[in-house]
Amino acid sequence: MKYTNTQLSLLIILRVLIGWHFLYEGLAKLTNPNWSSIGYLMDSGGFLKGFFESLASNPQVLEVVDFMNTWGLIAIGLGLVLGLFSRVAVWAGVVLLAMYYLSHPPFVGIKYSMPSEGNYLVVNKILIELSALLVLLVFPTSKRIGIDRLIFRKKEGYHGK
Amino acid sequence: MENKYKNSRREVIKGLLTFPVLGGLAYSWFKKKKYEDLMKIAIREEVQLENSNPVLARTVSNEKLIRLGIIGAGGRGRYLLRAAGFLHPETIDSWIEAAANNSSDKRYKDFYDQDDLNIVINGVCDIWDQNAEYAQLTCANINRVGSVGNMAKLPTRYSTYQELLAAPDIDAVIIATPDHWHGTITIAAAKAGKHVYCEKPMTWTVPETFEVVKAVKENNVVFQLGHQNRQNESYFKAKEAYDKGILGKVNLVEVTTNRNSPNGAWVYDIDPTAGPHNIDWKQFIGPAPDHPFSPERFFRWRCWWDYSTGLSGDLFTHEYDAMNQILGLGIPHSAVSSGGIYFYKDGRTVPDVLQQTFEYPHKDLTLMYSASLASNMHRGNRIMGHDAYMEVGGNLQIFADRESTKYKEKIQNHLIDPNIPIYSFTPGMKQVDAITSATEQYFVGRGLLYTYRHGKRVDTTHLHIKDWLDCIRTGDQPECNVDVGFEEAISAHMGTIAYRENRKVYWDEEKQEII
Repeated sequence: MKYTNTQLSLLIILRVLIGWHFLYEGLAKLTNPNWSSIGYLMDSGGFLKGFFESLASNPQVLEVVDFMNTWGLIAIGLGLVLGLFSRVAVWAGVVLLAMYYLSHPPFVGIKYSMPSEGNYLVVNKILIELSALLVLLVFPTSKRIGIDRLIFRKKEGYHGK
Repeated sequence: MENKYKNSRREVIKGLLTFPVLGGLAYSWFKKKKYEDLMKIAIREEVQLENSNPVLARTVSNEKLIRLGIIGAGGRGRYLLRAAGFLHPETIDSWIEAAANNSSDKRYKDFYDQDDLNIVINGVCDIWDQNAEYAQLTCANINRVGSVGNMAKLPTRYSTYQELLAAPDIDAVIIATPDHWHGTITIAAAKAGKHVYCEKPMTWTVPETFEVVKAVKENNVVFQLGHQNRQNESYFKAKEAYDKGILGKVNLVEVTTNRNSPNGAWVYDIDPTAGPHNIDWKQFIGPAPDHPFSPERFFRWRCWWDYSTGLSGDLFTHEYDAMNQILGLGIPHSAVSSGGIYFYKDGRTVPDVLQQTFEYPHKDLTLMYSASLASNMHRGNRIMGHDAYMEVGGNLQIFADRESTKYKEKIQNHLIDPNIPIYSFTPGMKQVDAITSATEQYFVGRGLLYTYRHGKRVDTTHLHIKDWLDCIRTGDQPECNVDVGFEEAISAHMGTIAYRENRKVYWDEEKQEII
């Protein structure tokens, strides 16, 4: 796919910004000894409410969820910022955001006690970030600017053009 | 050759072009951490509270079996039995079923995991056959099993409390009768040498308050008044914060009751099968004015002064005792009161809206109580000092006052933010921390935080009964002993007298009487 310089730059900025957000969310959880996803999970609503609550009710499962969430966010964040295994990182990000969205869908008639930073109807910031990741999926940049360029260079025959 | 080198250098640069972004994140991260650490240090300089619970920390061997009797086995009596480790097999059946249908229903597990207090209940006294029989089966369920399990021998049912108190196989009694019987039965129990756990309020009349103290002390029995708030960790922390002067000079304390349901307003269900044939009505009346049998009065006795102490005795006492625990208030110098029956015009004589103001000139503070049984608007219990104010309940939060003298400099330097608690505590949280995330703050504020992970949940009433039993075994004084109970009862009576006689009442410290 050919990009103009402006197109490439803006796509990379989008990738890095989302990466920064994921990385910071992950680090903030990692460095807070009191953090657990239990409150968020117990507060879930919508048609998957039961599933998310069941994750929270089992301490062993919860440990795994907390671990996967924290390190998943960090790994995805690094992947996006550095352009490292970007395709996997973007997919993982889409899955994670889909879970967040589905646990707290901003549908009519569902109320949450978790604070939200705005008013939403069906579309919220999670859904927008998710869509932005889907855009990055179809307009990949990490093989132009990113470590993937160094990894996949030979295999796929990029020559810095 | 040179070109190739140039090319590969270009490659590496393009590969790592976004790498410096990580440096930017790291820089911002450490800057943020540094600021937060500064804030933490600033707050810790001011707020240093220990992370310990004196009651949970105490270990007493429960080797010695204590033999109990229960007098009054209605709603509250059942709850006390449960907190002591006894639950009716049918309730266990339904809880096991509920847990099978919903894995987050932990009632049975929490109950099953509750510590064994090494007690046996040998006597049950209730004047309604149904309550008595229900309690007998409850007390026989020593293995905490459902109806398919093995029950112990049923405890003896006594038709009068006098007979129960005369039983040689009973060391101590739990009293959960209506208010008008509390004092009389406590005095009789103490005289019979039985230790007493009595529900609040301690007494129904002023004169019997003095007699209870005398009987408990003369007969050297261990008395615990049923204010389970005494076991709430938030209150221990609140007391510590107050004692350390974190609030500055406290001048106003505001406590409330906010209820809005028939049950909350004491309009309990009336069992249609209950009648004079299975209720000993004469014994129900006891020290109260005579009245023909009335199921309303039997089931909803809290609505009549004839048996009740109204809002002041029933609900203000909870809040008063909590504040007395934290601030060491003692008996107020004076009390005024006003209110009325504004919502529940069901023939009750006690008010459903009540305001009481107590003055403590020796402490330079006012205690204000405001209650409604017909509005649920949440008003927390607040302790207001010149330097900070505290909201305390299930959780505890302390905020610095914008105009504080003590924190002035740190507020000016943005090291203390009056909008963020300088201290917040939720029982069961792994750590006490001054700075928490927005989400955590929200949960702390609402008391929504689930704490299944860090230590198990404990029922405060269970701890309160345990405290009493521990003291029977060791001879110590429990948290809510008869001296504290005396302060509770006199304060509540002052509020009631002020309301009923529509005048300001005073406590004469020297003569020890209400004037």
